[in-house]
Amino acid sequence: MSEKPDVLQGTLALMVLKTLDVLGPQHGYGIARRIEQISGDLLAVNQGTLYPLLLKLEHEGAIASEWGASENNRRARFYRLTRAGHKQLGAETRDWEQTAAIIARFFEVKAEDLT
Amino acid sequence: MKFLMRFFVRLSNFVTGRREDQRLREEMEEHLALQVEENLRAGTLPAEARRQAAIKFGGVERIREEYHTEQSLPIIENLLRDLRYAFRQLANSPGFAAIAILTMALGVGATTAIYSVVDATLLHPLPYPHPEQLVRIEDNLPGVGAHDVGLSVPEWKDFQHSGIFQYVSVEGSGSVNLTGSSQPARIIFKPVAPSYFAILGVKPELGRVFDPDDPTPGFNLEVVISDGLWKRDFGADPHILGRSLRLDNDVYRVVGVMPAGFHDQGRTTDERNTELWAAAGFSAAPTPAPIRSSRFIPGALARLKPGLTVAAAQSRLDALVASLQKQFPADYPPESAWSVRLVPLSETVVGNVRQPLMLLLGAVGLVLLIGCVNVANLLLARATARGREMAVRQALGAARMRLVRQLLTESLLLSVLGGIAGLAILFCTRKVLLQLVPASLPRLNDISISWGVLIFALGVSVLAGVFFGLAPALQAGRLDPSHMLRQEGRGSRGSRSQARTRSILVVTEFALSLVLLIAAGLLLRSFWDLFKVRLGFDPENVMAVRLWLPVPNDPTTDIYGSPAKEAPFIREILRRGRSLPGVKEIAVGSLESIPLNHDLLRFPFVLEGRDTRSNLPHQVQGASVTPEYFQLLGIPLLRGRLFTNADNENAPQVVVINEAFARTWWPNGDPLGKRIKLGRAPTSWTMVVGVVPNARTESLEDASTPLIYLSSYQRADKELAIFLRGRLDPGTNPQQAHELVQSIDPELPVFGAMKLPDVVSGSLAQRRFSMEMVLLFALTALLLAGIGIYGTISYVVSERTRDIGVRIALGAQRSSILQMVLRQGLELVIAGATLGLAGALIVSHVMAGLLFGVSPNDPLTFIALTLVLTAVALAACYIPARRAMRVDPIVALRNE
Repeated sequence: MSEKPDVLQGTLALMVLKTLDVLGPQHGYGIARRIEQISGDLLAVNQGTLYPLLLKLEHEGAIASEWGASENNRRARFYRLTRAGHKQLGAETRDWEQTAAIIARFFEVKAEDLT
Repeated sequence: MKFLMRFFVRLSNFVTGRREDQRLREEMEEHLALQVEENLRAGTLPAEARRQAAIKFGGVERIREEYHTEQSLPIIENLLRDLRYAFRQLANSPGFAAIAILTMALGVGATTAIYSVVDATLLHPLPYPHPEQLVRIEDNLPGVGAHDVGLSVPEWKDFQHSGIFQYVSVEGSGSVNLTGSSQPARIIFKPVAPSYFAILGVKPELGRVFDPDDPTPGFNLEVVISDGLWKRDFGADPHILGRSLRLDNDVYRVVGVMPAGFHDQGRTTDERNTELWAAAGFSAAPTPAPIRSSRFIPGALARLKPGLTVAAAQSRLDALVASLQKQFPADYPPESAWSVRLVPLSETVVGNVRQPLMLLLGAVGLVLLIGCVNVANLLLARATARGREMAVRQALGAARMRLVRQLLTESLLLSVLGGIAGLAILFCTRKVLLQLVPASLPRLNDISISWGVLIFALGVSVLAGVFFGLAPALQAGRLDPSHMLRQEGRGSRGSRSQARTRSILVVTEFALSLVLLIAAGLLLRSFWDLFKVRLGFDPENVMAVRLWLPVPNDPTTDIYGSPAKEAPFIREILRRGRSLPGVKEIAVGSLESIPLNHDLLRFPFVLEGRDTRSNLPHQVQGASVTPEYFQLLGIPLLRGRLFTNADNENAPQVVVINEAFARTWWPNGDPLGKRIKLGRAPTSWTMVVGVVPNARTESLEDASTPLIYLSSYQRADKELAIFLRGRLDPGTNPQQAHELVQSIDPELPVFGAMKLPDVVSGSLAQRRFSMEMVLLFALTALLLAGIGIYGTISYVVSERTRDIGVRIALGAQRSSILQMVLRQGLELVIAGATLGLAGALIVSHVMAGLLFGVSPNDPLTFIALTLVLTAVALAACYIPARRAMRVDPIVALRNE
């Protein structure tokens, strides 16, 4: 049985922020579904861990929340990106891309390139 | 920084925590519900749908817990939980809680009270800048057994120019008649050098102090007054500066007013209440010519150069003294062994109360310790009763540390509650308590419940809590749960080690109490001996008032300048005074003639016909009195004669000596008719005409102080006392004496009325205080020790009820049961007494300086108090022992 990769520390937060950026306000269940869909079941995330993260992000001011009604008229808490969240997303995206680019370059490099 | 941020986030979460958790749970439930719904829509069976959702979601509780510990402060949370639990526990057994808290309140309250006195007197630096630089200079002549003899003007100047000190100031003490205000008043006055205030480093609240480099040889006619005098006699006049006032008929100008909080330093209460300072160069009238051997300056205060320690200054001073001795061999004969000592000012201010205060602190500390031991014992008993609870908790998975922590929290709660209660009691009773403190205690005004004292109280409470909580807590942590739980039904019983701990505690308590009791017993005996001491004079029905004859700076204006001028005034007082209502006898003497007033007048003297290679005189304390003095105070004549009115300025100089003086100088011969020469100046010879027995007029402790009496009519003393004996009324007699004196000279104030019996008991005040306090502490300790031993033996009995029942059922005699229990108590007593006696021996030798007339090994005190304590302990054992004797075997065994 092949192991699914663990979510890197911090990347789950990035995913949440990006999801909210793309889809607009969402409730927790919606965010979890979306992450599951996009990662295509490759990611092993206990959905429960999402909620402490949402609380933390709200404490940091990256997202805000309010009660609303879900599609099937249940009471649900909707999260949306704040201005600070947008900024944070931008910064983290850049960071991530930079990191990814550096790692990618390491993979491309061959022994003869270094002589 | 980041750590701090996180801490604050956590702290705020901790405060608002409940709501967060609530929200987290709601949302997670919501999520699960949505997931289940979706699974159902996908066609899964309800049970399976829920299972799938749960798996996908992960452990709800675990996530909550994790989030909680990450976001909050678990240590504090646990602490709060423990505290809540501890409160509940205490509320469940209010009797135990009340006893423990009260014991701690007593201990902490009493300790804090004594500490506040120690804090104010011993620990607080003197209220002057850089107090460590302040020293007093003492001239000693150990070769002739004379200490602190004062210094001469040339010596003062030498010290001033030695380079060791910033400034050296002379300080005298005395009183002065202030006239010009509403009533002639006697003011406590201090003649000082101009540098005095510069040395102390205090600034006036109005005007200025003296110029420290003022070269005026005599009094510079400027005075600085105290805030109290300014407000009292000058109505806080804002234009006081420059105003002139008359002191002993000389006109001075006020140049400064000291601030309200300023108290002068000094060794006597009088000095500390100085209200007026005048500066002089002490090299011109009215002081004698500045010759090296005339040590008329009572003392000197100096400020060391910055950076110089007292020890370093002392060694430089020793070198200076050695060179001066070489330079002036006539003034410093080698046999006198002149030396000069620097004493830190703080030492001279509080020196004589250090030992009694440390004794009190030690005593009260012991009481606190005994209290702690008692509470520890109570806690141990409870711990045994709660053994099952602890075992169950351990079995359910509580960590040992967690249990220990919880029990410690309980004991800390107890001690802190006790401490708070103690402080509250102290705070409410502080006014009453302060009145118990003798007024002669230095820095009495500084005693307060300051922050330092509060912190001390808190620290002591916490320490006490840890101390008495540690043993029971560790015991509980060591319990074996499986063993405890198996004992089900037999009632819980303590382990062997627990019993041993309890025994050790009781033995300790017993030993400590014995130490305290013996210390108190020795002090009590000292006090009693002093109280019962034969005074050698009769103070009953005697009252004294004081007056001060002015000493103007110009000797020619002095109307009381010679014995011939003063004698008519004294005779007039005696003549008119006899007719005062209630007065049967009247006498006049110098200030030094008032018994136990601690003012000394030392006369240098030489004996006729003795080897006086140097002109170095011996010294003796003396007083001048009128002939009526001896009769009035009930001092009989041993040999020769007393004074008569004919011993006046025209008659040959005569002296009456006491037995101690006679025995010191003529141990085998007859002193009558022998001649001595008083003073250094070439005066005439003075003949010994009478010998009186030793009277304890100098100190109650010492009867054998050599003393001489001179005739008042042959001396011109400035500080006088009028003695009245008869059926006196302290309300009216001083006023009558006042009117009497003013009818002769309206410029003279009368002050300081005192009843001699009060003076005698007053001189015992500090001793009485420490004796009473230690006695009180010792009785408290006795009570606590009794309770402690009672508790332990009762516990032993109740634990062995079944055992005793079996013995009785098998035919044991009831008396042998009684004996068995008593023997157990006795073993503890013997162990405790042995330790206690050893401790008491050490303590009694440490406090030997405080004892009078009783040896620190006094066998009577040691044995009697050991017996008292043993009796109390056995009585405490007897109650549970009787209970053991009456055990009904049927009941005891049926309880099984």
